[in-house]
Amino acid sequence: MEDGSFLEKLNRQKVSYLFIALPFSLFFIFQLIPLFASFFLSFTQYDVVHSPKFVGLENYRNILFNDPLFWKAIGNTVIYVIGVVPVGICISLILAVAIDQRIKFKNFFKSIFFLPTVTAIIAVSVIWKWLYAGGKYGLLNYFIIKLGGQPIDWLASPEWTLPSIMIMSIWAGLGYNMILFLTGLQTIPRAMYEAAEIDGAGFWCKFFHVTLPLLKPTIIFVSMMSFIFSFQVFEQVYIMTGEQGGIGGVLNSGLTIVAYLYDQGFQKFHMGYASALAYMVAFCVFLITMVNKAITKESRVDY
Amino acid sequence: MANHDVGIRRDSLIIKACVYAFLIAGAATMAVPYVWMFVTSIKPLAEIQAFPPSFIVKNPTLEPYKDLFRMVPMMRYMFNSLFVAGSITLFNVFATSLAGYAFAKHKFWGRDKIFFIFIASLMIPWQVNIIPGFIIVKNLGWLNTYRGLIIPSMAWCAFGIFLNRQFIYSIPDDLIDAARIDGCSEFRIYAQIILPLIKPVLATLAIFTFLQQWNNFVWPLVIIHTSSMRTLPLGLAVLTGQFGANYAMVMAGAVVATMPMLVVYLLFQKYIIKGIAMTELKG
Repeated sequence: MEDGSFLEKLNRQKVSYLFIALPFSLFFIFQLIPLFASFFLSFTQYDVVHSPKFVGLENYRNILFNDPLFWKAIGNTVIYVIGVVPVGICISLILAVAIDQRIKFKNFFKSIFFLPTVTAIIAVSVIWKWLYAGGKYGLLNYFIIKLGGQPIDWLASPEWTLPSIMIMSIWAGLGYNMILFLTGLQTIPRAMYEAAEIDGAGFWCKFFHVTLPLLKPTIIFVSMMSFIFSFQVFEQVYIMTGEQGGIGGVLNSGLTIVAYLYDQGFQKFHMGYASALAYMVAFCVFLITMVNKAITKESRVDY
Repeated sequence: MANHDVGIRRDSLIIKACVYAFLIAGAATMAVPYVWMFVTSIKPLAEIQAFPPSFIVKNPTLEPYKDLFRMVPMMRYMFNSLFVAGSITLFNVFATSLAGYAFAKHKFWGRDKIFFIFIASLMIPWQVNIIPGFIIVKNLGWLNTYRGLIIPSMAWCAFGIFLNRQFIYSIPDDLIDAARIDGCSEFRIYAQIILPLIKPVLATLAIFTFLQQWNNFVWPLVIIHTSSMRTLPLGLAVLTGQFGANYAMVMAGAVVATMPMLVVYLLFQKYIIKGIAMTELKG
């Protein structure tokens, strides 16, 4: 009896391991091993052809102290994140609140704002590259001229390269954030609004005293997600600033940290150096997550 | 009192007008790039260089599309994308629900630790994996192959496992125990009891995975180096690099690359939006 139940247990356990075996082995080979391998690689010089040469902390030291391009990329990335995240979140929050009103064509509006989310970011970038096209032929410049402004050199000028990418990214990210906010809005009980209305609260009063405080957890979550996404921006930069064999645009004005990593790893084949860069990125993402955790914990006190 | 009511009603009318104005302006901003893409793709060269740029095409032409299909194997790109994204999605739906069942309803040694490792991996940015991933794939001889495109991407299954575990966890144990007493094998329990109950989750996960993989760019960029193996996003990127000055053709390429997903989106809108909302569970 004892024996039988033990065997039975073992047999059932065997089945369990069988059930997770396939995803776990793939996960092990293509996620866990690479995680440790790139940590090891980050202490080496490796060009894929010759075997890796151990150089200790050399890569990290060079990145931090001898590499102006790294700091350029970090600076650009920080500007990008600080520009894209707050603006994107504000607009998409207003959009979500607007769509949440009792309005007609609700689904039509939802669908149209969501379009860029189902469009490959590569396609979005290609379309926008054309919108930004130089001189007066570009559609955006035509609008600007019509409104009485001077045409802008967008992707051809060092001042405007990064803002061009930022504007496009805000546009492309609105729908995604909007859906998350709409989901959050649905969790706010109607009774809260009704109570506020009985007290004579107008639209803005309800927005600032009911919607915003109750939406705080969603706002924090969406902010963290967009911080992390934006920090890893790559595809847009690749299309908009990449010319044959280079990436970053005029004077590297559009170079972001992941674009720099790609350039080092897969165009110059400095794989050790790129691995060290990858760990820098991972560290930053980790920091953002931790800051978010701390804020979330603090904000829980409100309830 | 009556005055007060009228005041509120007038206020809410103004608010409503603002809401509509804001949404219509926003919708126009969203639509213009798409309309411009389409309009450009059917313009003859003379009209593309005309000033002022116009949304009205005087002599619409299919020449850009003909050029496109003559210069690059667009249909091959589309097949590659479909095949790669489709296989990854099928695998993901099947494997993560099976594993999710084991994690939710089985007791085995190391279960919680293994599950924790999966969940923790969600925090790791892909940049950390891509360089060793490339080296592993290179050593396996999988560069520039379907295997190389598909199999490593199957490893990004942590979110699916998490999602499935959450939903299967809420299925009552009685249901499963009853089947066990009847002598059902574990796999039959999974196939005949669990699967039908989690269909909506699987549909959402499937569409979400497909969308993600269809739009995936970095991995193909890194491991593919011949034209016939390119996926749509990669093909479009290369097209833009090579024929950047031929705007009509590049926009035709963008239309072809965008269309399939737009159709899928219009058909499965409900699931896609639900899928996005589910990513919130990740936090």
